[in-house]
Amino acid sequence: MSDQVLGKNKPGISIDPATVQAHQHARDLDVTTIWERHEAMQPICAFGDLGLCCTICYMGPCRIDPFSKADIRGACGAGRDTISARNFTRAVSAGVAAHSDHARGICHTLLETATGKAPAYQITDAKKLKRVAEELGLKRDSSVNDMATQVGHKLLEDFGKANGFLNFVKRAPKGQQERWERMGVVPRAIDREVVECLHRTHEGVDADYKSLILAAVRCALADGWGGSMMATDLQDILFGSPKPVRSKVNLGVLREDSVNVVVHGHEPVLSEMLAKASKESEILEYVRSRGAQGVLLAGICCTANEILMRQGMPVAGNFLQQELAITTGAVEAMVVDVQCVMPGLAQAAAHFHTKLISTSNKARIPGVDHVEFDEGKALDCARAILRTAADNFKRRDPAKVDIPPQSMDLVAGFTAENAFYHLGGTFRGTYRPLNDAIMAGRLRGVGGVVGCNTVKITHDYNHVEIVKELLKGDVLVVETGCAAIACAKAGFLTPEAALRYAGKGLREVCEAVGIPPVLHMGACVDNSRILIACTEMVKEGGIGDDISQLPVAAVAPEAMSEKAVAIGLYAVASGITTFYNPAPRVLGSPAVYDYLTKEIERDFGAKWVFEPDAHKIAQAVLTHLDAKRKALKLAPMLYQEELARTA
Amino acid sequence: MENHRKIIAMTKLCTGCRSCEIACAVAHSQTKSVFQALFETPLPRYSIEVQHYDGVNLPLACRHCEEPDCLFACKAGAISKDLETGQVQVDLSKCVGCWMCVMVCPFGAATADMERGKAVKCDLCREREEGPACVPSCPTKALVHGELNDIPK
Repeated sequence: MSDQVLGKNKPGISIDPATVQAHQHARDLDVTTIWERHEAMQPICAFGDLGLCCTICYMGPCRIDPFSKADIRGACGAGRDTISARNFTRAVSAGVAAHSDHARGICHTLLETATGKAPAYQITDAKKLKRVAEELGLKRDSSVNDMATQVGHKLLEDFGKANGFLNFVKRAPKGQQERWERMGVVPRAIDREVVECLHRTHEGVDADYKSLILAAVRCALADGWGGSMMATDLQDILFGSPKPVRSKVNLGVLREDSVNVVVHGHEPVLSEMLAKASKESEILEYVRSRGAQGVLLAGICCTANEILMRQGMPVAGNFLQQELAITTGAVEAMVVDVQCVMPGLAQAAAHFHTKLISTSNKARIPGVDHVEFDEGKALDCARAILRTAADNFKRRDPAKVDIPPQSMDLVAGFTAENAFYHLGGTFRGTYRPLNDAIMAGRLRGVGGVVGCNTVKITHDYNHVEIVKELLKGDVLVVETGCAAIACAKAGFLTPEAALRYAGKGLREVCEAVGIPPVLHMGACVDNSRILIACTEMVKEGGIGDDISQLPVAAVAPEAMSEKAVAIGLYAVASGITTFYNPAPRVLGSPAVYDYLTKEIERDFGAKWVFEPDAHKIAQAVLTHLDAKRKALKLAPMLYQEELARTA
Repeated sequence: MENHRKIIAMTKLCTGCRSCEIACAVAHSQTKSVFQALFETPLPRYSIEVQHYDGVNLPLACRHCEEPDCLFACKAGAISKDLETGQVQVDLSKCVGCWMCVMVCPFGAATADMERGKAVKCDLCREREEGPACVPSCPTKALVHGELNDIPK
């Protein structure tokens, strides 16, 4: 297929020179990576891509001709609307399942920690624990461990309780809660919503596309205001709430003279221990005895974001760079857990000395060493992994080593609690200055640029180009996940970036406070921080009575995973208009497409926008923010013309 | 005579996925992109169609016959055969939509496009430099644009 069909708007695999160099090195060594495999997969089946292929029952697969005007039906009588809505709902529920199972794991770790079964861990942020306990109506005067046990049990109930609704739904602004009640989509229990979506999409159950999408909405809300939010809060409680921290990013952080250990995946439970163990003198001695100068722990994907936010550990790269970390030839061990871990890593690792170590009992890869992670012996587990890596150092083949030189400075570690408080300074910790800056027209609004990389789009291109234009348009950008890593590599996560990229209003704000124009808020479960930040903006007042009125937007311009679809849907259902590309597999059904991009705004106050072109997305975001400003009758932008067009 | 290039299908390789139909429609769309073509009015048409009979999948398109019945039936003189290349083509500016070609084609390879009022049949992607779009779209390489002699026995 042509680049245009694939949504590639710039030729080449990546705009990141480190990625291009590492990929060339891999090719020189005859190592196949995702780009070659993707090429070999062409042509991609358009029925599947449009959501018109139904593999749900065993009478099919059935597929609907997208270019026929006839009312074509699959064997069971499901038409294009039912089929694509079912596919969409399944994608959402898989995404919700992934985030929420992550949260469940953290819940168990919290309980084990509180009951002394996981001695390596401790409750680090007792203040936040107290706040959550109070919110859940629990006794806050008990001991920290008692309180943690109660919080753990209470939140664990949210996965499968028989009655009532999720606890954190009450955190949302009134406007959102009312809309959810009216639409009948207040999430009940997390597992229940996932199960119900799977039930509804089973052969011969729910055939109404709208009813299916509303079920998907309820399921997605159980992620944003359930699983993801729980994961964020409990991780903050266990490992500490992030604080602004300096670090470095890109493949150039790997060191030729050190034992390089890369952690990849999503859960911080093991990587926190690896970070701890890597600083122990015993481990350092052991590493030196194996001929290396030290041990370097770096991350990929959201594990990277977790240990960057809390420990300041360097980031080796984002999703599309996972194999390239191995093909630098300088990685002794790559430790993986769950989500976004490509099975292709095993094939890449086979060409090098790199030991690929899987650690989650939920995620095994054939031909990979499995070290089952036991939370009770967490630190021993981490030490064993580091020793294995150190032993592997002498097997490194210098002829195969090529570490790209690029690495970039960054500041990360912002949260809903601290990010905007910086705007007020230490003595005036409120969202007031942020709201004031928006009302005065210094800031146009806030844009959340989030999400994955995809091999369908030139790596990092959309993230970087869009953010560049948003900054120029005085939009304060908050980021999570692989999007944050992409912008970190481009240098946007430094305070100096404000001087170079920001419009005058945004620059004034950044200079006054000393923050970067792009705030790194964490991993992809930490999109819940953005929901909380929006809620705080509503509470502070002056820029809207519910989230859907705020001059904010979400952008996921290189989306790849089912989790991203779930995030997109909970953002929209929470009132944040979401610019998303490549579109979820719904384009084959005009009805589903119309609902998601138009009618849904009537029900939830926000909609999806599916647009592949980076510049058009950026302009559309600015136009959208201006329309929101106009509706609120906010002051005109201080230094910039507002866009005449209305969204 | 037999050595003119046309779309040849190796039925044993065809899985019936209909990707060729989609590629054909996209190639004959305004935007040439599957996602955008869906929003065109009128919708683009395809002129290769996967037929299924007696356990055999057959992606069927115009055979560009030696003696095309459609050519003789066309009262508008819109259909011509190039003796050099063997291609049978419809001049859409002359086609009046009488559907005689549709009725006489023994393969059912010409169809009526009621929206545009023109006959639709395989034009071997005459405007596409890379040749017929259906061929590279086939995941099992069941389609060949070539002469009969090119086909492995």
